[in-house]
Amino acid sequence: MIKRFLALLLVFFSFATLKAQECKLTFKGKITDFHDNSSLFGASVHIKNLNRYAATDANGLFEFKNLCVGKLTIEIKHIACDTKLVTINLTQSTTKEFFLEHHLNELNEVVVKSTSKTEITSIEQSLKKKSIENFTDKSLGDALNTLSGISSLNTGNSIVKPMIHGLHSSRLLIINNNVRMFDQEWGDEHAPNIDINASEQIAVVKGANTLKYGSDAIGGLIIIKPKKYVVKDSLFGSTITSFNSNGLGGNVNSEIVKTYKSGFYTKLQANYKQFGDFRAPDYYLTNSGLKSINTSLRIGYNTYEKGFNAFYSFVNNEFAILQSSHIGNVNDLVNAINSQQPRVTDPFSYDITFPKQQITHHLAKIEGYKRIKNLGKLTVQYDLQLNRRKEFDLRRGNRSETPVIDLRLFTNTLQTNLEVAHLNNLKLDFGALVRYQQNDAVAGTGTNPLIPDFDRYEAGLFTISNYTLNENTELSAGIRYDFSKIDARKRYNITDWNETFNYDELFPEFETGVENGTRISTNPKFTFHNWSASLGLIKRFDNNINFLANYGLASRMPNPSELFSDGLHHSAARIETGLLTINKEVANKFAVSLEKVGSDFGFSVSPYFKHINGFIQLIPVGITTTIRGAFPVWEYNQINAQIFGIDIDVNKQIHKNFAYNGSLSLLQGDNLTEDIPLIHMPFTNFTNSITYTNPKLNQLTIQLNQKTVFQQNRFPDYNFNTFNAITQSQVFVDISSTPPTYSLFNLQTSATFKTSKRNNLKVEFNIDNIFNVAYRENLNRLRYFADELGRNFNLKIKYNY
Amino acid sequence: MKTSNINTNKMKTLRLIALFFVATLAFSSCADSDDHDDDHDHEEELITTVTYTLTNGSDVVTLKFQDLDGEGGQEGITTISGPLTANTMYTGSIKLLNETESPAEDITEEIEEEDDEHEFFFASSITGLSIEKTDEDEDGNPVGLETSLTTGTAGSGSITVILKHEPSKPNDGTSASAGGSTDVEVTFNNVTVQ
Repeated sequence: MIKRFLALLLVFFSFATLKAQECKLTFKGKITDFHDNSSLFGASVHIKNLNRYAATDANGLFEFKNLCVGKLTIEIKHIACDTKLVTINLTQSTTKEFFLEHHLNELNEVVVKSTSKTEITSIEQSLKKKSIENFTDKSLGDALNTLSGISSLNTGNSIVKPMIHGLHSSRLLIINNNVRMFDQEWGDEHAPNIDINASEQIAVVKGANTLKYGSDAIGGLIIIKPKKYVVKDSLFGSTITSFNSNGLGGNVNSEIVKTYKSGFYTKLQANYKQFGDFRAPDYYLTNSGLKSINTSLRIGYNTYEKGFNAFYSFVNNEFAILQSSHIGNVNDLVNAINSQQPRVTDPFSYDITFPKQQITHHLAKIEGYKRIKNLGKLTVQYDLQLNRRKEFDLRRGNRSETPVIDLRLFTNTLQTNLEVAHLNNLKLDFGALVRYQQNDAVAGTGTNPLIPDFDRYEAGLFTISNYTLNENTELSAGIRYDFSKIDARKRYNITDWNETFNYDELFPEFETGVENGTRISTNPKFTFHNWSASLGLIKRFDNNINFLANYGLASRMPNPSELFSDGLHHSAARIETGLLTINKEVANKFAVSLEKVGSDFGFSVSPYFKHINGFIQLIPVGITTTIRGAFPVWEYNQINAQIFGIDIDVNKQIHKNFAYNGSLSLLQGDNLTEDIPLIHMPFTNFTNSITYTNPKLNQLTIQLNQKTVFQQNRFPDYNFNTFNAITQSQVFVDISSTPPTYSLFNLQTSATFKTSKRNNLKVEFNIDNIFNVAYRENLNRLRYFADELGRNFNLKIKYNY
Repeated sequence: MKTSNINTNKMKTLRLIALFFVATLAFSSCADSDDHDDDHDHEEELITTVTYTLTNGSDVVTLKFQDLDGEGGQEGITTISGPLTANTMYTGSIKLLNETESPAEDITEEIEEEDDEHEFFFASSITGLSIEKTDEDEDGNPVGLETSLTTGTAGSGSITVILKHEPSKPNDGTSASAGGSTDVEVTFNNVTVQ
């Protein structure tokens, strides 16, 4: 009792003495990073009730002088950190340390805001980390499919090739960490070997600003961008796991990032994904699972003056291909088309049997830059890629374990870039590259290689200039030259060489004089010179409205598949023939876009027009009879084509908690030479989505979205008749008719929970194809055989640390 | 303290760069080790020749399809050695060859080894002609390498021989519902029965 009294007395006296000091107190402090104890420079400290401000110095220190005794409400803010609110009862001069914490998510937001477009005049759309994470267990193509004007060419449901405005494969350039991907992208059933989890942002350039990466981006560019890290000492990471009811599989992805104040950073990421047989609404898609292991490592050093970064990624994919799609001849195809169900519908299994694809892709690069006074920023980059593709088919006599296709593609590139930015109103970018590529059709397959051995040499030069006309108007112009030489070694059937294609007269210089039984060895060599150019304009108006206009000239040399392909494709029951007479294709592209950027209300309206001279297409030309029966022959040929359409996107905040997003894509493709529609063009489609968000309730988000794809009535009729020897009758083979209109509904929900001061947990629950709609998609190469996927429940958990 | 930190960082980076280049060399040397010889295989699974031999004592009729250069190139040639006799029962046997190999590879043996994964189907437009499969695989299902062909009255038409890989077995006897992928489908037109 006495003790308490004494204490009270002491407090009373001390108050009295403090009062006597008459507001001469000092409040000092230090702001420190919670994660690594580093001092935070430039944090703002605001005493709210006194409205006094201070900022931390390089050592994280701040100081307020001449304070009175009393309560202080202090708000501490730092970029990329959680804002901290503290109350202090000031009784004497005090020094206190405060910890601020940051998270991967907060860092992202900072990064995304600072991420600019490829070029200021570029017409492009992008996906940010948040949207990419929704597709953590899916593919690049699936993620891009959500953008207007982007569709995909699928083989089943796991092999997904992105398509921009109806163009795909060699007409799209995929740039991964500033490296142009070379992964045998020419094949329709070759999906890009990219782990979507390794990326921070994915941009799609629909316009003409593509010269920096190549002269042949007739369709456009897909740029996969890494993150730029804040220069500070920090360690953070995240783990995301996903589980799906359809396919009974999912993935686990982890990444950990360490950054240093000195500018060094490193990031390690790894991903494992596995699925069993997927299910269409009415049956299992036997042999449709997949297995994938990916990992990537980034190391870098960034300062304003100089820096470097090194990147390595490894992608290992194993895709099962629907067993029912392995067929023999055209009668098997007719059976498949006429039967409503695939011929094999076994119970669920994780087994990946035949047919299947096994692909490994290594990508490594190192890039360094230095800013040179009065000149600009000089960048040098060396990259290399090794792609190994094995395709396995059902074979006779224990050969199934031996691949039917085994190709190894090695590519390496050295490039340099000089950006000159110190000139008034004018920015110049010069670049040069040399590239060597080698394809090896690995021996031991017991088949004639689909793509022959070849060596390819390339060199390119470009210059792009950006000119600021006035505050609201900028112009860009660029020109590029590419040289390319291909040197291949291929054996032809002698009859085909001499008679079918008349190559003995057209290309006698390719003959080596070696004949082996029914085969002739040849050495085709081609050289191409490609010119390309681009023009761009951006004009800014009030209310965040921008107008952009692009023109581009692009030319593309035929790819190895268009030149050399020669053989049977089992899943399509067709013989595909490339022709040595194929020449390059040249496109003139026009695109304009009217855009308003804003979270309350925004839109973009982007019409486009492309005219392509010598458009290379693969179409059926006749039927050949083999010992296996009859097969349609598909041959590459060249026509003049035009593609035009419009992409429209709208977003509107309709209420404090509700937002609307919608998009519409219209497209028409014409074969001008034959005055018929162009083959394999995407259909008119539109999407609508309503999102409810409540930041106060654990950032609860509920989104309902709908996508409708209309039946395409404009398609070229390549249907044909074939004689069925068993029924002794002509059979109609309907390979062209398109599947009917379908609508899909998806639900996405998510909430974020704080698990501790520094960590949080994001839980997502999604339903795809809510109504379990059975449908077929025209741009799926396996659409003759089975329906697309049925309903799927998905659970994702993301943990930030 | 600070400088030493940066120094270790620099050291680390240098080491990493060194490692990276070593890896690069390893990769490129892999790729360079390839010879540029024409090391490619022959089509191993090719079937060039189908011979259906029908025997009744000394009355032997062979139906033969031969396409020596495989898919593409020259079309295959069918030869029918002579007419079948009316109202007669023949023993039929099928032989498959790959004649691009020397000596010719007997594919029939492969089929025999995997007889549970294969089945022949026969069809004919000749009235009264019927073909029964007389052999069985390990599960007791028909294979069709061995057959019995019975002719009816005189007439002419075609006989089609189909070999399916991985059909559903047992099946209803028609190739269409058996599924599988077709390894052989050969039609002999103008077969006469007299």
